[in-house]
Amino acid sequence: MDGMNPDVKAERKALIEEVLSAYPEKTAKKRARHLNVYDEGKPDCGVKSNIKTAPGVMTIRGCAYAGSKGVVFGPLKDMVHISHGPVGCGQYSWSQRRNYYTGTTGVDTFVTMQVTSDFQERDIVFGGDKKLEKVIDEIHEMFPLNKGVSIQSECPIGLIGDDIEAVAKKKAKEHGKMVVPVRCEGFRGVSQSLGHHIANDAVRDWMLGKGKSKDFETTPYDVVVIGDYNIGGDAWASRILLEDMGLRVIGLWSGDATLAEIERGNKGKLNLIHCYRSMNYICRHMEEQFSIPWMEYNFFGPTQIARSLRAIAEKFDDKIKAGAERVIAKYQPMAEAVLARYKPRLEGKKAMLYVGGLRPRHVADAYGDLGIDIIGTGYEFAHSDDYQRTAHYIKDATLVYDDVTDYELEKFIDKMRPDLVGSGIKEKYSTQKMGVPFRQLHSWDYSGPYHGYDGFAIFARDMDMAINSPIWALNKAPWKAA
Amino acid sequence: MPQNALKIKDHIDLFNDPEYLEIFKRKRAEFEDMPSEDEVAKQAAYINSVEYREKNLAREALVINPAKACQPVGAAYCAAGFEGTLAFTHGSLGCAAYFRSHLSRHFKEPSAMVCSAMTEDAAVFGGLNNMIEGLANAYALYKPKMIAVHTSCMAEVIGDDLNSFIIQSREKGSIPADFPVAFAHTPSFVGSHVVGYDNMMKSILSNFWEGKERKPGSGVNIIGGFDGYGVANAREIKDIIATMGIEGTLLSDVSDIYDTPADGSYRMYDGGTSLADTAKSLDAKATLSLQEWCTDKTLDYAKSKGQEVASFNYPIGLSGTDEFLMKLSQLTGKAIPESIARDRGRLVDAIEDSLAWIHGKSFSIFGDPDFVLGMTRFVMELGGEPLHLLCTNGNADWEGKMKELLASSPFGAMGQVWKGKDLWHMRSLLATEPSDYLIGSSYGKYLEKDTGVPLIRIGFPIFDRHHHHRFPTLFYKGGLRVLVTILDKIFDTIDEKTKVSGISYDLTR
Repeated sequence: MDGMNPDVKAERKALIEEVLSAYPEKTAKKRARHLNVYDEGKPDCGVKSNIKTAPGVMTIRGCAYAGSKGVVFGPLKDMVHISHGPVGCGQYSWSQRRNYYTGTTGVDTFVTMQVTSDFQERDIVFGGDKKLEKVIDEIHEMFPLNKGVSIQSECPIGLIGDDIEAVAKKKAKEHGKMVVPVRCEGFRGVSQSLGHHIANDAVRDWMLGKGKSKDFETTPYDVVVIGDYNIGGDAWASRILLEDMGLRVIGLWSGDATLAEIERGNKGKLNLIHCYRSMNYICRHMEEQFSIPWMEYNFFGPTQIARSLRAIAEKFDDKIKAGAERVIAKYQPMAEAVLARYKPRLEGKKAMLYVGGLRPRHVADAYGDLGIDIIGTGYEFAHSDDYQRTAHYIKDATLVYDDVTDYELEKFIDKMRPDLVGSGIKEKYSTQKMGVPFRQLHSWDYSGPYHGYDGFAIFARDMDMAINSPIWALNKAPWKAA
Repeated sequence: MPQNALKIKDHIDLFNDPEYLEIFKRKRAEFEDMPSEDEVAKQAAYINSVEYREKNLAREALVINPAKACQPVGAAYCAAGFEGTLAFTHGSLGCAAYFRSHLSRHFKEPSAMVCSAMTEDAAVFGGLNNMIEGLANAYALYKPKMIAVHTSCMAEVIGDDLNSFIIQSREKGSIPADFPVAFAHTPSFVGSHVVGYDNMMKSILSNFWEGKERKPGSGVNIIGGFDGYGVANAREIKDIIATMGIEGTLLSDVSDIYDTPADGSYRMYDGGTSLADTAKSLDAKATLSLQEWCTDKTLDYAKSKGQEVASFNYPIGLSGTDEFLMKLSQLTGKAIPESIARDRGRLVDAIEDSLAWIHGKSFSIFGDPDFVLGMTRFVMELGGEPLHLLCTNGNADWEGKMKELLASSPFGAMGQVWKGKDLWHMRSLLATEPSDYLIGSSYGKYLEKDTGVPLIRIGFPIFDRHHHHRFPTLFYKGGLRVLVTILDKIFDTIDEKTKVSGISYDLTR
């Protein structure tokens, strides 16, 4: 295959050069390594990643705390997660990830609460361990049905030399409940990504295999789903398919999860991982330690869903294989009806993506199902293995941008004029002002679920409403329109 | 049943479908190891008890659902209101991402901000190199007219010296020697966003005022303070300046930057107080603040330069606005024009028309210190009775003034002032001693859900309703808008209550 028109490639390469020319020389050199036009057939996207962001550019990245508290621990519903340090980090991340859960908030579940040690100057000067002890005591007083506590460190903790591990051990013993210290201070690493890793390690060291998990009765059909945070209900729209095909989801991490589901994470026959970036570490650990195999799957869009259901079923017996076919047959007519309704309205449209963990590649085929081409994509905090995985999903000449700056993204959007941009809250309004339709792909723009067949219907509806809204034709005053 | 392609259900309806309800039930029974229904019911009842309230109020270290943010977001908001100004966070990179998201979620607008992206090596060696490189990049890329540096806690804990860092950055050629860089130390472990606003305002003013000789004039500076309604309120302030024909400067004017049009281009900078006016503001006769606790240091600073100063407490409605206008008139020698008197008359008229629906109703209020004070005062003007008045970031001074205000009116007799408390405290207060209504930010929706007290959304942040910030809350015209917001909720609540039987479900009220 010859790939894309060479002119398009040359144009996009020139665009990269143009954008880089705005930077001071040293920064331009640094940024050049993060931008590329993809050549079909190459094993990766040809960009460097997981490198420190240059100071003074408008990066879209967050921090290790965001990766641990915001992503991995936050959704875990029957534990209380302390934002340990000053008030801001917990405040800005309060209820923003839309990790849905069932339960009685403030009684047996605590996800949409902002629990903080609210550091004051004296805590910085004299250390916060005493305060942390009291915070944990008061949590048990206020919320006696909690299953445990996690300590999500903010920047000052590591800088003032607090010993949160000692506090954790002491308080766990005193209260007879789990206390997990997490060293996810925001200055660690270069993005959210190290926060995920640190959180995975905390799960490994403090939680996995603990509690009542030893006595859990297993079956040959037990799976643990890893890296689905139940944003807008994603995990439920996935669970329904896995259960329908005959599997038993004995744990789902960490959307709508309880501590028991985390503790028994090493009891499955197979670990199914959706967000590879944020939780591959624990899968690798379980593979090494407990010989539990793991596989990636993709529940965005009917093509990938069917492919994934079959691939998962391959790991089991004929009963499950038949189950997978039954599920596909059950949902396929609906998926086709959705495509019949929306594809004619979306066919040939072009989209650019810039998101986090898995979505810059995982959603590509869901857009493809709708006839939408991805012309640019990139990650906030990917590593090289993510860009390798991305190569399978994208087409020749796709513009790839790692840790993109607002400056670059704005220029790329302006020059390439996609029909849709999928990114985050910080990018949403500037893009729309430019007259380009936009959907948030972190929070699903307050919609969702987008996983599974039920989710795909909503995804299709939402992309259509973004792209085909009448407003885009009206954003120029008629007396000014060219 | 799978979705129907012609009637697609999203999360709002989908999870009420029987197969999803079945999943929830099975998951809880087989996999969750959650407490029994009895235990949950018992604890759910207990947290509404007086005994729990006492324990809750006795908390000393644990903070749950606070209604405050940290200093830097206030500093960034303040900086956004100046012409061509780029806010710069010196600290970890996640902080700026959080501030930007927070402001964008409220204003539904872009929020530009850069950071010095400090990581572990900066923790060891300090953030000087990050500052040098950061200022160079920000200056080259975003072409600001001023950079306003604030700090997040990392830089404060390791003791980075902004003044020295910026001087060294100039020496290294990151920015031109005369390029304005305001800087404020804004530790997140001191005060809250209102203090951050104050620190940044003072730093911007001193950037332009220091070393200049003041030529006392007749103008007046007005500072709005951190305000979720800053867009529309800035327009009201400027309207009053124009209507009264005074020489006035609004310091930090966010009316454009947080309300740019969608017309095909993205404006990273828009409007704001011009840097020339900011420099000239030194000569003003006086500086007035509409939010006392947003401007402690700033007003001291203005006073030290020889200006008269006065502060107000978020003047909503009649007497608060009266005081402000009379002070403005007294300082400038300009009469309050008839058109403003007519605005006042219209608000009085509206209150008279609607008083029956508010008189004697009780209201709990939470939010920033000046907001709670101003709102309490307005509620009493309406014949409402303030009950739980809670301010996570209020100080002793605030508490004293609140008590004084309540004592000034028979409508304040029930009022209880809760300084430094959080919204989990408010939950206990409302559960054991409910008011008829609750006034506060979107965070109050959890209180509404748990206690059944209807939430009237006024405050910051408003995340779950759109465009409220485009309408004013200050002065007579803003008071009218606040009145309507209160009334709408009251009428909606009555309709909700009466529609079941149909009795009292009246067409005309």
